[in-house]
Formats: sequence, C-alpha cells, structure tokens
Amino acid sequence: MDFLNALVALLNYVIIPATSYGSQLALGALGVTLIYGILRFSNFAHGDTMAFGTTITILFTWWFQSLGVSLGPLPTALLALPFGILATAALLLFTDRAVYRFYRRKKAAPVILVIVSMGVMFIMNGVTRFIIGVRDQNFADGRRFIINALEFRKMTGLSEGLALRTSSVITIVTAIIVVVLLFWYLNHTRTGKSMRAFSDNEDLALLSGINPERVVAVTWLIVAALATIAGVLYGLDKSFSPFTYFQLLLPIFASAVVGGLGNPLGAIAGGFVVAFSEVGFTYAWRKVLAYILPASLMPHGLVQLLSTEYKFAVSFAILVIVLLFRPTGLFKGKSV
Amino acid sequence: MSPTLRSVLLFAGVAALYLVVGFLQSWPLAVTILNDGLIVAIMALGVNMQWGYAGLFNIGVVGFFALGGLAVALISKPFDSAAWAAGTPRIFFALVVGAAVILVSTRIHRRMKPGASRKLAMLVVMVAGFLLFRFIYDPAVEAVEALTPAATGNIGGIGLPVLLSWPVAGVFAAAAAWIVAKTALGLRSDYLAIATLGIGQIIVAILMNEDWLDRGVKNIIDIGRWPVPREVALQQQHWFISLAQAVGMDIRTASTVFVGLCFASLSGIVLLVLLLLAELSLKSPWGRMMRAIRDNEVAAAAMGKDVQRRHLQVFVIGSAVIGVAGALYVTLHGLLSPASYNDPLRYTFIIWAMVILGGSGNNWGAIVGALIVMLLWDEAESIGPSLIGWITAPLHAGPLKHHLIDSAVQMRLPIIGLVLLLVLRFSPRGLIPEK
Repeated sequence: MDFLNALVALLNYVIIPATSYGSQLALGALGVTLIYGILRFSNFAHGDTMAFGTTITILFTWWFQSLGVSLGPLPTALLALPFGILATAALLLFTDRAVYRFYRRKKAAPVILVIVSMGVMFIMNGVTRFIIGVRDQNFADGRRFIINALEFRKMTGLSEGLALRTSSVITIVTAIIVVVLLFWYLNHTRTGKSMRAFSDNEDLALLSGINPERVVAVTWLIVAALATIAGVLYGLDKSFSPFTYFQLLLPIFASAVVGGLGNPLGAIAGGFVVAFSEVGFTYAWRKVLAYILPASLMPHGLVQLLSTEYKFAVSFAILVIVLLFRPTGLFKGKSV
Repeated sequence: MSPTLRSVLLFAGVAALYLVVGFLQSWPLAVTILNDGLIVAIMALGVNMQWGYAGLFNIGVVGFFALGGLAVALISKPFDSAAWAAGTPRIFFALVVGAAVILVSTRIHRRMKPGASRKLAMLVVMVAGFLLFRFIYDPAVEAVEALTPAATGNIGGIGLPVLLSWPVAGVFAAAAAWIVAKTALGLRSDYLAIATLGIGQIIVAILMNEDWLDRGVKNIIDIGRWPVPREVALQQQHWFISLAQAVGMDIRTASTVFVGLCFASLSGIVLLVLLLLAELSLKSPWGRMMRAIRDNEVAAAAMGKDVQRRHLQVFVIGSAVIGVAGALYVTLHGLLSPASYNDPLRYTFIIWAMVILGGSGNNWGAIVGALIVMLLWDEAESIGPSLIGWITAPLHAGPLKHHLIDSAVQMRLPIIGLVLLLVLRFSPRGLIPEK
C-alpha cells in the first residue's frame, strides 16, 4: 500500500496528460461550437483548419529559429503563433467570402453546408500537405521539462517520478487565458453580445439592427485564433502531421456534441469528458494498481481496458450514448 | 439536348478520355485506372442509394469497403487447422459472449423501469460481461497469434472459391450496417455523418490491430483471383504469345493488359447487374416511396410510410453494395492490406465527390462521376509531378524545386475539392441530374 506513489503515477500518466489533451480538445470544440451556433452547420474542415494554422506557425518557427530568435526556455512556436493566427484568419475570411456566403444568402439547408465544408476540407488538407508534406513534424524547442522525473524522485524520495512537461503547462495556462478572454468577449463587449443574440435568435437579432456579416466575420476571426492555438498546442504536446489533425475531427465533434452543440461552456466540459475517458480507457492501470493492491490481489496483464489504437472508439461511444439519451448534450445545446 | 443524349455523350466522352490515356501514356495504366474506376463506381452506386435515394449521410464508407475485403480473405484462404486447435473456436465463443452481454443490457434497458436499479443492473451486466469476455478472448487470441507469426498467425479462412466471397462481402457489410443503423439512424443528418465517420475509423482500427483476424498491418497476401488467369501463366501459352505478336505488344505488357481487361469485364458485369437492380428498384413503387420520404419525411410518415424502417433498409442495402466493391478491390490486387484503408479521403470523401459531381439520386450520374474523378485522381499521380516539373523548369535545382515536385501529387486533393465546390455552386444537380 503506497498511496503517495500511486497518486504520483496517477498524476503523471493520467491526470496531467488528460488535462492538457482535454484543453486542446476544448479549444478545438469551442471553434466547432461557435460555427454551429452562428453559422448553423457542422464544419468538417475544422481539423484541417487547425492543421493549416499549425503549418504556418511551424514555418514561422523555422524562420525564427534560423534567425536565432528564441524565447529561451519557452518554445519559439509561441512567438510564431500570432502569424499563424493571422494567416488562418485571412484564409477563413477568404473561404467565407468565396464559398460559404453564397449559401448563407440562399439560406441553404445545413446538410448542403456540411457537404460544402467537405469540399473546403479537401482543399485545406491538400494545401497543408502541399506546403509541409505528410510526415510528422516535431517543432517543440526550449526547455522540455519543468520538473523531470529524476529531479522529482531526488526531491521527494518517492520511487515514482513525476515529469512535468513544459508543453503541458503551456497548454493548460494558454487554454485558461484563451477561455477567460473568450467569455469576457462574449459577455461584455458589444460584438460579443450581438454574437450571442444572433446565435439565440437570428430574426430577432436582425430586427434589432445587428449586422449579420459583421457577426459572421468576427466569428471566423475567433475561430481562426481558437483553431490555430488548439493545433499548435497539440503539436507542441505531441507532434504535427496533417492526417493526425484530420483524425482529431472525431474527438472534437464528440466534445462539442457532449457539451451541447452551440454552447461554449459545454464545449469545454465536453473536451475534458472526452479526454479523461479516452486516457482512462486506454491507460494500462497496472502501474497505479501495483502501489495500492496487495501482491496477492494483483491481476495479470496490463489492466488496460482498450488498446490505445481504439481511442477513437471511446469518443465514438461517448458521442453515440449522449446523442441517444440526451441529444441536447450535458449543457443545453441548440440541437433537437 | 435530351437527358438521354446528354448521358450517352458523357459516357462516350469518358470512354474517349480513357482511350487517350491508353494511346498517349500506356495501356497498362489505362487498364489500371479503369479497374479502379469500375470498383469506385460500385461504391458510388451504394453511396448514391443512401444519399441520393434517401438523403442518408454516410461518411463511414471506408469501413464497409474494408469489411468487404475482409470477407474475401476469410472465405478464400485455406483452412488453418493449427489455429483451430489453438483457439479459433474460443475466440468465436468470446465474440458470442460479447454480443450476448450487449443484447442482455439493451433488454434490461428496455424492460426495466428507469431509475437507479436499472442503471445498477446495466452496469453490473456490462462490467461482468466485459471481464468475462476478456477472460475468454485474451488467451485464445494470444495462442492464435503466436502460431508462425511470419507466415500466418491468424485464423485463416475456409478455403472456398473467391467468387463466393463477393456476396458474402455484401452480407458482412450489411450486418455491420444493420448494427450502425440500429444505433445511429435516428440521428439528425450531420450527427449521423459524425457517427458514421467514427464507425468507419473503428472498423479500420479493428482490421489494423486484430492480428488473429487478418494479420493486421502484416497484410494477407496471395489471395486467389479465380477466374482471372495469372500473368506468368499467360506468358507461356502459345495462343497468347501469338495474340501479343498480332497486336504488336511485348508479352509482359500484353499479359498485364489482358489480365486487367479480364478483371474489368468481371467488375463491369457486377456493376451492370447492380445498376440494373438499382434502376429497377428506383422505378418501382419502393423507389417512389423512398424519394417521397427523402423529399418530405413528415408527409410520407403521415401517409403511413414507416420512415425509420425504410431508412434502415436502404442504409443496409447501400452498405452491402459498398462491401461488394471492397471484395472486388481485394480480389483485384490479391492482397488485403488493412493499413491502406486508413485514408478516409481516398476511400470515403472522394466517393462523395463522385456522387455529387455525377448528380445525386441518379445512378448513371454516380457511375460517370466515379469514372471521371478516379481518372483525375490517378492521373494526378502519374502526370502531376511531370507537370510541376515542366512548370518549375526555369527554377534552379534546389530544395524548393525538389519540394514542389515531391508534393505535386498532393495537389489532387485541392483539385477534387475545387471540383466539388464548383459543382455545388454552379450545377448543384450534377452532370446527369435526377429525373
């Protein structure tokens, strides 16, 4: 029985990774949910928007690195991030102008917009692959750990080490800042309030003189920032490849739907629900159990409920269960 | 221009394009693209049934396609008695137990009153069932996978002719589709899309990781492709050698083209049979009912049509058609390579581009769209790099030029996307609109 070591192992392998993954999912899901709330369609190009923003950020990171500019212990990518956001914002505003606006004016059915977003997905995906190739890119630099396992063991005398990675801390801190800013913007500024009004009741919002094009443009700008930040954080934490980002679509949608599509608070909660279940189901619990169970009770095997390759099954299962039993999500979303 | 004339001209134009590839590039390439094209045409037919007839949004196409391929391996590979002795029956028993657990818990959910006791009962059944399942399943899987992993290490097959596996592929895909439909078909269109996307990814993940079933990423090779002859055997036949001399091709190329054409005629027959059935069903009262449901669900339900049942039916049928295409694909290549399915753009979304381009709701349109888009896709691989090479000729050799030529093949994705967007914008009913 060794609760302290068990707790450290739990923190190290489950709680910290799941919290940072959950923050990344939450930022991604916020983008999906905002588009759903304001533009009223499920954007299948969101994973590729994240990939595009990350690609541009990586290019700037490389450029800064070649110039010798760095942030010291922090990754250079944070310095490149604003440029990635700007490029993504330009791309999204252009896409809206060239593609989506036509269907919005025509009041096309949501399902048509979904198919249109599939076309956009193809283009963004191809452009990203064209720019940066299909291989994995690791662009994290700076100091890797804030506390590494060895130091922790020395410091505390515990046998289990706790590795606190810089990327996890950056992810969590950034996510908190972004979410606070976003909610402040939505609740306290004029444009933010008009966005919420537009999302709640489009006709009424139009009647009270809200300019829909402005609301839509601001939405795309916010989505560009959210998507790029989410993408860069994910890339710093793990690594970047266009295909992985495309595959993030499923957990991101699961998070948005679990929280209730169109509900920003729900998207955040959903992100953490999905991340914690994914990590919880695919983690081999043997290490933690070894500390708290007596040897005679110790089960054989890794005590892993599902192998990591099936992590998509977890988000899928959550998605289907929520849709079947509580279609509006945990928090009240728009969907019927 | 009458619609019939228009479609005849379109088909003639597409045929001419394939001939141009044959004359200007090479005949083996033209035949390869034709074979790919016919198989995706069958997939497009299946997607068109789901989307065009019924408005069901399935983007898990690759899952059903891959399951069809699995059927070929399981039916045609020889029976593996060592695996049978090691644990095949136990694996199947475990699967039966797993299914029973799910069945029991849905029964509990249906029979018991909502409340804490129902939740508790379901939780107990599911947790106990899961532990029991893993207890039976894990050792058996380990035993089977330990058998000569370099050569087999899976349960083998049942050694029946390949041709028989094609209908079985349809059954496999249909069974999976039935399960999907039972859980997800009541959902709104974009939710159904996300759910099917997940199903597709899960099926591919299972095929990639369950080595006992299909050797996972180690692939199953040497799948027989009766009744099509093998190139090597052909090259020794006297009649074939004289035939090759008569058309003036060297014997290797001639055998590749001949085998490809044999296969193309087989897929062509399957395609035509399915097309005939699809057209007949569309013109029947059933087809009219499907379109009525698609156009106005509420009105159709008010007329006493069972909307959910019809949706289930067409979803299962469409998926079965996709499964048959998957079987043809594996038979054509003689190879089941689960990892290659891990590309939803190539196996799911592109099919959607085909159906939209051809004209949703029109089977002929789906086929024309498939043949055109496949040609674009495959050609981007063969002429894309040389085209970019030609464009970038003035540039000095260096990393930028190298990168551009290297990435040229990726340009096919934006091209397909652009085609999709242009069609949706300027001709939303497609090349051959629904009547």
